[in-house]
Amino acid sequence: MQGANGGTPESGNGANSSQGELALFLPDGIQTHEYTERAMKKKMKLVVIGNGMAGIRTVEELLKMAPDLYDISVFGAEPHCNYNRILLSPVLAGEKSLNDIILNQEDWYTEHHITLYKGEKATLIDRKNRSVIGELGARADYDRLLIATGSSPFILPIPGRELSGVVAFRDIKDVDQMLEAARTGRHAVVIGGGLLGLEAANGLRKQGMDVTVVHNMTSLMERQLDEPAASLLQNSLEQSGLSFLIAAQTEAIIGENRVRAVRFKDGLEIPADLVVMAVGIRPNIELAKASGIHCERGIIVSDTMQTYDPSVYAVGECVQHRGELFGLVAPTFEQAKVCANQLAEVGSGRYRGSVTSTKLKVTGIDLFSAGDFKGGEGFEELVMQDPSRGIYKKLVVKDNRIRGAVLYGDTVAGGWYFQLMRESTDIQSFRESILFGHSNMADEGRDGQSIASMSDDAEVCGCNGVCKKTVVDAILEKKLFTLDEVRAHTKASSSCGSCTGLVEQILQATVGNYDPTPAEKPVCACTTHAHDAVRQQIAQRGLKSLDAIFRSLDWQTPDGCQKCRPALNYYLLCAWPSEYRDDPNSRFINERVHANIQKDGTYSVVPRMWGGLTTPDELRAIAGVADKFQIPTVKVTGGQRIDLLGVKKEDLPAVWAELNSAGMVSGHAYGKSLRTVKTCVGSEWCRFGTQDSTGLGVKLEKMTWGSWTPHKFKMAVSGCPRNCAEATIKDFGIICVDSGYEIHVGGNGGIKIRGTDLLVKVSSETEVFEYCGAFMQIYREEGRYLERTAPWIERVGLAYVKSRLENAEERQRLFEKFKVSQETAQVDPWAELSKPAARSEFVAIASLENSHV
Amino acid sequence: MSEWIQIGAVLDFPRQGSRVVESPKGAIAVFRTQDDRFFALHDRCPHRGGPLSQGIVYGHRIACPLHSWVIELETGEAVAPDEGETACFQIREDQGNIYLKV
Ligand code: SRM
Ligand SMILES: Cc1cc2nc3c(=O)[nH]c(=O)nc-3n(C[C@H](O)[C@H](O)[C@H](O)COP(=O)(O)OP(=O)(O)OC[C@H]3O[C@@H](n4cnc5c(N)ncnc54)[C@H](O)[C@@H]3O)c2cc1C
Ligand code: SF4
Ligand code: FES
Repeated sequence: MQGANGGTPESGNGANSSQGELALFLPDGIQTHEYTERAMKKKMKLVVIGNGMAGIRTVEELLKMAPDLYDISVFGAEPHCNYNRILLSPVLAGEKSLNDIILNQEDWYTEHHITLYKGEKATLIDRKNRSVIGELGARADYDRLLIATGSSPFILPIPGRELSGVVAFRDIKDVDQMLEAARTGRHAVVIGGGLLGLEAANGLRKQGMDVTVVHNMTSLMERQLDEPAASLLQNSLEQSGLSFLIAAQTEAIIGENRVRAVRFKDGLEIPADLVVMAVGIRPNIELAKASGIHCERGIIVSDTMQTYDPSVYAVGECVQHRGELFGLVAPTFEQAKVCANQLAEVGSGRYRGSVTSTKLKVTGIDLFSAGDFKGGEGFEELVMQDPSRGIYKKLVVKDNRIRGAVLYGDTVAGGWYFQLMRESTDIQSFRESILFGHSNMADEGRDGQSIASMSDDAEVCGCNGVCKKTVVDAILEKKLFTLDEVRAHTKASSSCGSCTGLVEQILQATVGNYDPTPAEKPVCACTTHAHDAVRQQIAQRGLKSLDAIFRSLDWQTPDGCQKCRPALNYYLLCAWPSEYRDDPNSRFINERVHANIQKDGTYSVVPRMWGGLTTPDELRAIAGVADKFQIPTVKVTGGQRIDLLGVKKEDLPAVWAELNSAGMVSGHAYGKSLRTVKTCVGSEWCRFGTQDSTGLGVKLEKMTWGSWTPHKFKMAVSGCPRNCAEATIKDFGIICVDSGYEIHVGGNGGIKIRGTDLLVKVSSETEVFEYCGAFMQIYREEGRYLERTAPWIERVGLAYVKSRLENAEERQRLFEKFKVSQETAQVDPWAELSKPAARSEFVAIASLENSHV
Repeated sequence: MSEWIQIGAVLDFPRQGSRVVESPKGAIAVFRTQDDRFFALHDRCPHRGGPLSQGIVYGHRIACPLHSWVIELETGEAVAPDEGETACFQIREDQGNIYLKV
């Protein structure tokens, strides 16, 4: 559920990481230099009002990008350093200490030369003289001002609200008062049955108080839950010892100096030593308003987080953006990122609103809610209920897309649903099973296992050998908030990604709930554009080189990075097959040298064996090469061919030349390209074979080899439904039957196994070729780089792919396009690279004598 | 004792690419960046010894081909949060030729 809030490490350890981030936006040399020069001339002044989550997050993001651009001062009304407000709930419940939730200690401010007016409320913004005045007399001038004053709890206008013992639930001071009351008093009344009220009630109960929750609506958390889920929630909270007064109207709080009781409209009076008001929040806009900045319910900001005064920015719960107010961390962090980009003058980032989800942080209760969970006219509801296990799941669906979700009791799939919802994924093909959760095997094996019950040394990430404790420690020590940050610091979930769900759950269990992924992620940190947008621009504006893309689309780095360049190189190749010249330096080494790099820096060589067929001559040639070049390992691959492993780089051209002369070409075992076409023996030999599967496989491979695709592309042809070639876990699989050929697509046998969907049944090989070429072409044009056909089809929906291919004319057109791009693609790279002129790349340019070193 | 040794001409090095110089103490990777600067590093990634020369060059950085650590060409240091360092060598261009100090 966590996502790419920039994917950047916190700047917790200071200079190091800001240095690291810097170059993403300011490649060394030119721009850093410019900044230094500017800094020496005159640093600009930035004043921040509000030492809370959104304000300081913005400063952190800013420091990563432009550490020397501003002299920064911060006014903070609270007498504390910046802390993680959402963890006040576990502090109240005694599960965490105050010290655990501090995000930046005093020395962080010192280290970054930030002047902190701690415990000093800003009382005046003098916009004419660009200066902010504090309550104790401090004065700070600004070139740019950031308002991040958050919000205040709403206090019901009822008699007795000013009595001592009546508190809100917003800051450390409130929590201190509650803890104090819990030591001396017995009865607590919490007014408000929303998220905050329930977390307060739970905490107070854990501190030993008798707690009554008063709610004026008919069901709890009505803004996040439908009635069935709310009543399950109420039941389990009652079982844990809370009392509820539902649909009750509070009339007055009674007491002399200190609260004694609460009275309701119907005359009922209940004893109270503490009253917590948790009935909502209001943006803190008085200061902004008083200084003439345009406000409605919140401070009005544009997509660049600017107020009506262009030198004044605002972020967090105090703002109103496109009519919306905010009450969760995730959107405020997204705003922080955009605002920091603007302040750093490096970005063209825009904030366009956020989709959010909610979880209740009450230990032992699993609850998840997102989007439009109420549904109604025009919506469908998928519901699963298992009352004896206390499980309720509801998905609200429209046009086969998830619009909202409520989960109670089992929330493991929450992150997955949320992602499907945000990406507007077509769920038709897995609709029947969707309520049972993930199709992700690696995650599923761990279902039902709560994070809390996992032992510290349980392995979370199998690729990188990372255990639970390592992840938790890193999150706490390095103050990590997002999945990408955890990936960067621990490597967990950074390789094959199958443990992503698990890492997200650990993250949630440790620091609460963030979800900062925008609907579509940018290609990488060099840009704000997402994959599809870039491709559109390439076509629309006729961009035909990497440089043209960097310039026209405002790339923030002069020559991209290792993430965007390979993607862009592919997009250009796909868009302009006959014009664009491939850029080898924008390719991963394997594709650059047409062999797979191994852990020791040697390479593996896999010659093509069409359809899995070979000959004694080919085998002799392979044996000869292995002997001649002393190749240590010869292995049969999972793709029906032979791998020569451990070839030295400088031997590659000679090895290829030798294989070429025996008639063999590159097998592209390294490429985001057509890999193998696996076949079975078929009708030529097998007693069950219905068609010549081997022959068909060979023809398919001859037609498609050499083509570049967004990710690797594998095929198989089985001679009958016994399916010995495993065609139903391939990107494109054929099952031969007596009457013809079943065409299956979108299978994957790798990290996340997925069986194919049946696309169509045809009666001739000619039709198979046509479907194959046309299918590959849509995938080539619309699949995002590094997205295999399985996730691609899940994203766009099988119905869409079918609709494109059913139309004979469209199919023919796509097939023709495919054939055109094959004209330039089917050149054996081995033959090219073993030519003498190309060989220099493979050998050292110079060799130093012993005496020289 | 160290001295400058000519290892090739500018044109022998591809932009955003690298070439390797062999030495008795291990290979040295020589990089040419997009803006025609030259850098030389010990051809071993501080992570698990991956051959940096085989990585992708961008800005003044190199992404290791094995597990994608990113190394600063100027200092040989891994970009945070990764930690580690590989040796740097001095290198200069003079009248179209490239010299390495060893
Ligand atoms: C050599 C081989 C293993 C073997 O000894 O059998 C192999 C080796 C590698 N596989 Fe594989 N895979 C091999 C068959 C498979 C198969 C089986 C198959 O094709 O029928 C699968 C599962 C089927 C599938 O892809 O749906 C497979 C699923 C993967 C995956 C997971 C892909 C996924 O979408 O989940 C990766 C990782 C990736 O591509 O990102 C991977 C990645 C790799 C890499 C390229 C890892 C890497 O980046 O270095 C390995 C390269 C080793 C090398 O240098 O040769 N390999 N790999 C097989 C080569 C087949 C061939 O002749 O070309
Ligand atoms: C108990 C609790 C639990 C929560 N749980 C979750 C959760 O699980 N998930 C989630 O996403 N969100 C949760 N939230 C909401 C989340 O904490 C807020 O969305 C977030 O803190 C908003 O950040 P902000 O910077 O806008 O406001 P704040 O963090 O409140 O920061 C504003 C700061 O500005 C200061 N300030 C105000 N006026 C002035 C002034 N004039 N001069 C100087 N300083 C001033 C305030 O004192 C405050 O410190 C929770 C909130 C609470 C209270
Ligand atoms: S060959 Fe495939 S399964 Fe085996 S270690 Fe390499 S990537 Fe993993
Ligand atoms: S060896 Fe370089 S990243 Fe692992």
